[in-house]
Amino acid sequence: MDLNETPEMAAFRGEVRGFLDTHRDSYAGGAAKDPSAWQRLLIEHGYAARTIPREYGGFGAEPDILKGRIIAEEFIAAGAPRGMAGQGISMLVPTLLEVGSEEQKRRWIGPTLRGEIIWCQGYSEPGAGSDLASLQTKAVEDGDDFLISGSKIWTSTAAQAQMMFCLVRTEPDAAKHEGISYLLIPMSTPGIEVRPLKTMTGSAEFNEVFFTDVRVPKDQVVGGRGRGWFVANTTLKHERGMLGDPNATEARLNALITLMKTEEVDGHRLIDNPIFRDRLMQLQGRVLAMKFNGLRLITSQLTQEPSGLAGLVVKLQGCELNHQLAALAIDALGELGILYHDGPHLRAKGSWQRSYMFDLGLIIGGGTAQIQKNIISERGLGLPREPKPAGA
Amino acid sequence: MDFSITSDQRLMQESLTRTLAEASSLDRVRRFAGDLGDKGADVWRALADFGLAGIVVPEAFGGLGLGLLDAALASEALGRAVAPVPFMGVVLAPLALTRGGSEAQQQEWLAKLASGKVIAAAAISEPIAGARDGAGVTASGGKLTGKALFVPGGMAAGLLVVADRSGGLHLVRGDAAGLTRALMPGIDETRRLAELTFDGVAAEPLSGGPELLAALRDAGWVLVAADTLGAAEAMLDKAVAYAQERRQFGRVIGSFQAVKHLCAEMAAELEPCRSLVWYAAYAFDAVPGETSLMAAHAKALTSEVGRFVARTSTEVHGGMGITDLLGLHFWFKRIGANRQLLGGPERVREFAARLQGLAA
Repeated sequence: MDLNETPEMAAFRGEVRGFLDTHRDSYAGGAAKDPSAWQRLLIEHGYAARTIPREYGGFGAEPDILKGRIIAEEFIAAGAPRGMAGQGISMLVPTLLEVGSEEQKRRWIGPTLRGEIIWCQGYSEPGAGSDLASLQTKAVEDGDDFLISGSKIWTSTAAQAQMMFCLVRTEPDAAKHEGISYLLIPMSTPGIEVRPLKTMTGSAEFNEVFFTDVRVPKDQVVGGRGRGWFVANTTLKHERGMLGDPNATEARLNALITLMKTEEVDGHRLIDNPIFRDRLMQLQGRVLAMKFNGLRLITSQLTQEPSGLAGLVVKLQGCELNHQLAALAIDALGELGILYHDGPHLRAKGSWQRSYMFDLGLIIGGGTAQIQKNIISERGLGLPREPKPAGA
Repeated sequence: MDFSITSDQRLMQESLTRTLAEASSLDRVRRFAGDLGDKGADVWRALADFGLAGIVVPEAFGGLGLGLLDAALASEALGRAVAPVPFMGVVLAPLALTRGGSEAQQQEWLAKLASGKVIAAAAISEPIAGARDGAGVTASGGKLTGKALFVPGGMAAGLLVVADRSGGLHLVRGDAAGLTRALMPGIDETRRLAELTFDGVAAEPLSGGPELLAALRDAGWVLVAADTLGAAEAMLDKAVAYAQERRQFGRVIGSFQAVKHLCAEMAAELEPCRSLVWYAAYAFDAVPGETSLMAAHAKALTSEVGRFVARTSTEVHGGMGITDLLGLHFWFKRIGANRQLLGGPERVREFAARLQGLAA
């Protein structure tokens, strides 16, 4: 156990600070003035697309978890935007790097990193949620093309996206997991219809996407026909890591502490109520435990040792904690906690209320809490799988 | 950055666990629990041979000179084995002596503590967990008067570190005139608590005052948290093993999601506690400004998670879980006692809030 920073890392931290200082005008107020220019600047300096090879449009640095962490910390401290995110950058790019053809890497990674192409993910279907491998959207061969029919659901950013990375059934006679292919589909192709999916927050954070005889060239398959399940699994782990990020949870805890110190009821601060105060302290203990669990995970990445249970519990515990933080904020606000949308008494623009509702979606999405518990008990504790029912 | 324990620390913990598997088997723990005359001398001898008695005693006095993180790892192994050993005093007394003892006091005691010839106990419950039934000790003219309750290992200790009402600390010899001890029979039969009565007992003051007491409190919280962590890990392991072997409806019960999910919930709650306990112990050795908050949260969180694991593991064992025969109750009760020792989680969290200026 040694949490001191080496001189090399301290120097790197100084470089990042210097960069953020020099370019302070480009992100005044926490948002980039020109998001595309900011993204290019970040890639040029290695603060975005850091480990993506130069030939594909990245910065080309060796993977270094500590430097990545220092960049994240300094950007948060400076209130600087991290550059572009989204499922194209976080999920498609790593997938292409791992299993894409040379042509696919050259064609898609650079424009995606620069924000010129926005992607959406076509995995879940109305009939294929936790049991994703039972998906039924079919791709039938027709000359050099596939004809796609079916539908996808929970598709964030489908309305803005130019492209979708999608799981489709190309081999109807193959076993469940072996008949799936990972296909890149232009969203402008005739036969695609996007319908917004409004959730209980009042916004349409998701969409449904319908396919009617959508024609896609066969060479848009990534990683080989029938290999889609395994291709998708290479990147699902990236999604689970993002959903439970302890740094985001800690930032939310700090916002809650500020709220409870500044907000008053009958002239008393919310923090002066011993019941709310104790709930806050309970959550602080849990947030700290997840924060140090995160440091432990970084260390096991550095030493390339398996992280075991410490890694498997992050999505389950992190999403639950976020939800409980929002719940305490609403409870402590009392009747103010009812308010939403807009109005003179609304606090924090309704963000606690929105989180309380949206975070429940994150507890369900990306592998439900119950699926997470299956994973923890099977992979972490060695308990047997539920036997398949006869005939399945 | 390295947030992990070293291979030496890992080896020490594994080797201690092996030693305890023999020295503190369930049969041995059961005999200790059933016989008040049993002082656990053989268990203590095995651990002293291992070096545990001097784990935080400086090497100059024959100890291992290790830090609180090492002591916490040992405490975790002791909790895992529900070992009948008064470990808290074994760590707190040398800490008190190295930080607040005169050279003469250190010369007199540290080597004896390191060899295990003298076992110490710390009587610090009142200023930390609150005074009950009028307890509390007053120091005047080099003499102590009053009562100290809930002293782990206090029945047999040859040296006592005693906190007075104003937060000062004192050394008292186990054979001092005017000192009487009474057993406080409790739910946890693996460690015995004493009620100490001081009737004008000769004492030597330690320097350091409230700061020294705060250090003992923080170290005590970390050790109790680690003990709970170890005991809860053992209960989770036992639940998983039982779920893989017990069959109902033609399958092992561990293949039912209702049972698997209970095990997953225990693991999901418990695993992050390990990192918090490590960090709190590391902070005690290396980041003094953060120690008290981290120790408080480690104590409070392991108390809550420990309670959840103790009842859930017992449920996974079905009816067998509540029998004396299985012996699971020794872990259940140890975790329950740890929850209250040196203050329950509500009290400790209120302290954490005060520390951050969030409570008056």
